[in-house]
Amino acid sequence: MTDDHSIRITVNGTEHELAIEPRRTLADMLRHDLALTGTHVGCEHGICGACTVLVDGLPARSCLMFGVQADGRSVETVEALGTPDALGPLQQAFTDHHGLQCGFCTPGFLMLVTAFLRETPSPSDDEIREVVASNLCRCTGYQGILRAVRAAADAGAGG
Amino acid sequence: MRDAPSGPAAAAPAKAHAGGTPEVPAAGGWIGRSLRRVEDRYLLTGRGSFVGDHQAPGMLHLVLVRSYVASATINAIDASAALRQPGVAAVITAADLAGVAPLRGVLARPEFVATDMPVLAVGRVRHVGEPIAAVLADSAYTAEDAAELVEVSYGELPAVAGVADALAEGAGAVHEAAPDNVLVDVTPVSSPGLDDIFTSAAHVVEVGISTARITAAPLEGRACVAAFDERTGQVVLQTSTQVPHTVRTAVALSLGMDEHQVRVISPDVGGGFGQKCVVAREEVLAAAVARLLRRTVTWVEDRREGLTSGFQAREQFYQVRGAFDATGHLLGLDADIRCDVGAYSCYPVTCGVEVLMAANELPGPYRLRIYRARSRGIATNKTPIAPYRGVSRPQAVLAMERLMDEAGRVTGLGAVEVRDRNLVDAQEFPYRNVMGASYDAGTYRESLARCAELLGHGSWPGVQARALAEGRLLGLGLACFVEPTAYGTASFGMRKMTIVPGYERATLRMDPSGSVIVMAGTHSHGQGHATSYAQIAADALGIDPGRVRLRQGDTELVPHGWGTFASRSIVAGGGAIARASADLAGQLRAIAAHLIEAAPGDVELADGRAQVRGDPATSVPIDELARIAHHAAHLLPDGLGRGLEATAAFDPEGTFSNATHGAIVEVSPDTGGVRLVRYVVVEDCGVMINPMIVDGQVAGGVAQGIGAALFEELPFDESGQPVCGSFVDYLLPTAADLPEFEIHHLCTPTTRTPTGAKGMGEGGTIGAPAAVLNAVNDALAQVGASVGRIPVRPADVVAAIAAAVSRDPVDSRRKTQ
Amino acid sequence: MKPAPFSYHRARSAEEAVSLLAELGDDAKLLAGGQSLVAMMNFRLARPAALVDISRLTGLRYVREHDGELRIGALALHRDLERLADPGVLAGFGMLPRAARYIGHYAIRAAGTFGGSIAHADPAAEWCMAALLFDAQIVARRRGGDRVIPAAGFFRGFLETDLRPDEMIIEVRLPVPRPGAAICEFARRHGDFAIVAAAAAVSSEGGVCRDARVVLGGVAGTAQRAAGAEAALIGSGLGADAIAAAAEEAAAGTDPPGDVHGSAEYRRHLVRVLAARVIEEAAADA
Repeated sequence: MTDDHSIRITVNGTEHELAIEPRRTLADMLRHDLALTGTHVGCEHGICGACTVLVDGLPARSCLMFGVQADGRSVETVEALGTPDALGPLQQAFTDHHGLQCGFCTPGFLMLVTAFLRETPSPSDDEIREVVASNLCRCTGYQGILRAVRAAADAGAGG
Repeated sequence: MRDAPSGPAAAAPAKAHAGGTPEVPAAGGWIGRSLRRVEDRYLLTGRGSFVGDHQAPGMLHLVLVRSYVASATINAIDASAALRQPGVAAVITAADLAGVAPLRGVLARPEFVATDMPVLAVGRVRHVGEPIAAVLADSAYTAEDAAELVEVSYGELPAVAGVADALAEGAGAVHEAAPDNVLVDVTPVSSPGLDDIFTSAAHVVEVGISTARITAAPLEGRACVAAFDERTGQVVLQTSTQVPHTVRTAVALSLGMDEHQVRVISPDVGGGFGQKCVVAREEVLAAAVARLLRRTVTWVEDRREGLTSGFQAREQFYQVRGAFDATGHLLGLDADIRCDVGAYSCYPVTCGVEVLMAANELPGPYRLRIYRARSRGIATNKTPIAPYRGVSRPQAVLAMERLMDEAGRVTGLGAVEVRDRNLVDAQEFPYRNVMGASYDAGTYRESLARCAELLGHGSWPGVQARALAEGRLLGLGLACFVEPTAYGTASFGMRKMTIVPGYERATLRMDPSGSVIVMAGTHSHGQGHATSYAQIAADALGIDPGRVRLRQGDTELVPHGWGTFASRSIVAGGGAIARASADLAGQLRAIAAHLIEAAPGDVELADGRAQVRGDPATSVPIDELARIAHHAAHLLPDGLGRGLEATAAFDPEGTFSNATHGAIVEVSPDTGGVRLVRYVVVEDCGVMINPMIVDGQVAGGVAQGIGAALFEELPFDESGQPVCGSFVDYLLPTAADLPEFEIHHLCTPTTRTPTGAKGMGEGGTIGAPAAVLNAVNDALAQVGASVGRIPVRPADVVAAIAAAVSRDPVDSRRKTQ
Repeated sequence: MKPAPFSYHRARSAEEAVSLLAELGDDAKLLAGGQSLVAMMNFRLARPAALVDISRLTGLRYVREHDGELRIGALALHRDLERLADPGVLAGFGMLPRAARYIGHYAIRAAGTFGGSIAHADPAAEWCMAALLFDAQIVARRRGGDRVIPAAGFFRGFLETDLRPDEMIIEVRLPVPRPGAAICEFARRHGDFAIVAAAAAVSSEGGVCRDARVVLGGVAGTAQRAAGAEAALIGSGLGADAIAAAAEEAAAGTDPPGDVHGSAEYRRHLVRVLAARVIEEAAADA
């Protein structure tokens, strides 16, 4: 029975009901079934972290999760953090400190750091570097990302 | 765990360069200011538009059946099981694409052997990952299921796995047209008297360097959506590319269509770094299939494909000899360079791109009159190469900077002094180098001096010795280089390319409300052109950059251009925009002059207004001029207004940035691990349009260069099988592997561009491998060891130290106790 | 890189999970954190016909003490071990949070599970090494009942354990605390799988080593005890010479593989270096 499963999932505060086949990844479900294309797919084996979303508040690599596993759960994606006219504080820090160039890895970093700052609102520089090392960026050399996270933490931008 | 103990290593690091230079009010305005990027708003909020984000109803997903052998004939392809799968619409092979011509990159010169790269393999495969058949289905999942069911019968042939194999007696030919596997063999220079110079020189220094095959690995792989527009007869191809017009040319040529009947759209692109500045066979394939089936077709490259079948780069071997006089001056340079270019020639720059640049650019920033270089591109049964940020310059600088360090050692002058004596000096600019390139003014010696000072080079021996006494191996390495940027058509033409890039044309249009669109043929994929170009135009027009918006990436909309690569955009694109802006500004001044009854030459544009210089009573809003030009043209004499548009082209003469990079490393003698303690860049790219963006480009390039120096490689086994197929084995540097980069700027505006800006995007990757390798060797020299290959793996360090110990047991062991 | 098709079943209890495993047959696999399994499925290196999702069995997510024994529920997350704070537990099992910090990154530690790692049996995995170091007892359940498998016989080969296809790990018990146990590893980048890892615990009485455990990871198909090194330590004074000799024994006792990350010779060299370091650290804290 690789038939479709019916699931209920809350994404960015809105409840959705979907019928999907078990092997459809959470990343593909968010991007193509819910038209939330802000979450990006960079490797499909859980290393680059571009697909990071929050599931029940914890960071999850959505390429390593099946959509059916998110049944009954609450997912947050980058679209929840702000809009082009009203950036969230973490997003503002990223633009202030040139924390992005092509923007492909950026949503994954934003969600990762959002979860991190909620748990650790006053991180040390080493803790920031350790968390930022979770994800890959090929454009920035991480310099702007580290500065942005530092600034966001200092400004109390966690959560 | 960091295997080297932590703690202060050298002198306390200089204050790290803050994020972007603080806004520097430039005279007149916007150039030179670190404005926040326009692009950020939509990228940060997940509103970017990447090709893979596009879904159309009824779209067919294309998944490729790729060769899993390196060299074979294709004896049969059986797609019957695949076609029986529900949801599968078609399986396409070369037999279905009879009318589709292969890609053929050509250098019109006798030393070059042209070969074809077919869109799908025709009877023969030449590398693992070569595409053989395309499965079209209603989802990527189904297409991948069906692709597994396509059966290919191969007649396996012995694989040519590397340069040594390829050049060996009796080696099989990768291409019939090149029986000896040499696709290009150039000796672009051979100065008379070279051999005598070497015979009589006080010192002859020789270095051998090899660099591993690597890949650009942008976070977004390739992606296409191809459709056929029945109404216009156009093929519309959305693709993640750096070069929309070049893709259009290739598709039109392959499909036998007029170029205007092919429309290429490149939306947001998640990194390219050169890998996407050549045309992928999959791009042409998607277009061909869309036209054949009259369906919209999408292909999204996955990471395994990207790492194994996507264009690779930089596998090169250098033997370089330098003749030096008794006072350390470089008298002559002799080089033999071999490049493993893989199985096919990329389009349009060809497999000669690395080969030619290596030989042409090896002398770099050093004074030299006697030079000989032979450079060869050798075909192997491996994935083809294409330009990757820096192209051959990272390797060439690696070789030259090793040579300089060695020369510093044998002459006793040391690393800084030997370079200083040989770097082209300020008084010598413009300097025509031994290859005929004319270097505009730069700061070669000044950047070296500043970098050495920032690293505490003067007190380094003491610092290093104290660490050694504690059993710690520290090393300091330098790399000086010049970065040719924005080659114009003359320079590309000299390579004998049959499609000659180099110019850019920009069109500016002001609308009745006074806002401006800039249409450019370059293609920003992280470089922030929407911001920088707006700054250039806004300065000329006297308006706020927020009123200037960039349109790029649609061949239907923008003037013919060459995309973004070779550090060209701010020079070529920015130059065309500067000229077109000046033209548009002139039109506005003429309209204002007519309305306020002044001479156009007395009118200035600033802060959104036009007025006679020094007479605010005459001030008119520029928006009003725009309105009148469009909606009240009856008020203007013939020849003024009636629209507001300007177009201009710029074909750069070529302008040269320079930098010195310096690295301090700690090498663990136990594990062989290398830790970067400090990394300093002193660079000069002339006028910086947006300093924050410049810093970002340097930082990203340095990170990639460190990756090449310490982490990245794509090994192939003896049967041509790629060993790395995932990010588990292909190691990109993370934030934990890199120190904070200290980036400093000198500024020598160039007279060769309208803005004074030089290109600079590749500098980071060019200097870093050499700085790191030299630092590692500076550390290892203390125990009599050295390494001559990148990436420097921990195992290589351990082996080098062990080899040194076995050569000189007592001395080496004492030093590492 | 999309996975092959499979049927999906969510277990509401451990009993239901093992029932499903029995019904679905050998080609069914358990899905917990998915950090290893789903990546392999995306590459189609693993193609289970059925997945039994046990990630919601929160009753199996615990780390608790029971008469001096540490009992770790199969679904304890890596981060749960990273965050162990009870001083009583840390006194005897402080090596666990230190080991957790080597595992991947923040996001992986928020999803991956202790039991999943043991069942996956990667030779360089920290929890597999810890299982050997602490003489762990692995409690496995199937429809017929539970059995307890000692760690020493549990790891059979590369990614292969003694678990039957219809069995599920419920709990891992570390019966005896080992104060001062240490672990160190060498990887190309922080968070990568170790090229070589070494863990050690020693106890001494009156300046003489009475008991020693040395475990190596990344040198064979499974994590393994370095018996020669242990023998060299027992009865010694744990001085520099003894440690060096033990490290030499540890290296000599391995026949490591070579791959893109390190040759056999280099791995053996790392064993010598890391074994010495970790034994020294363990001896200092003993």
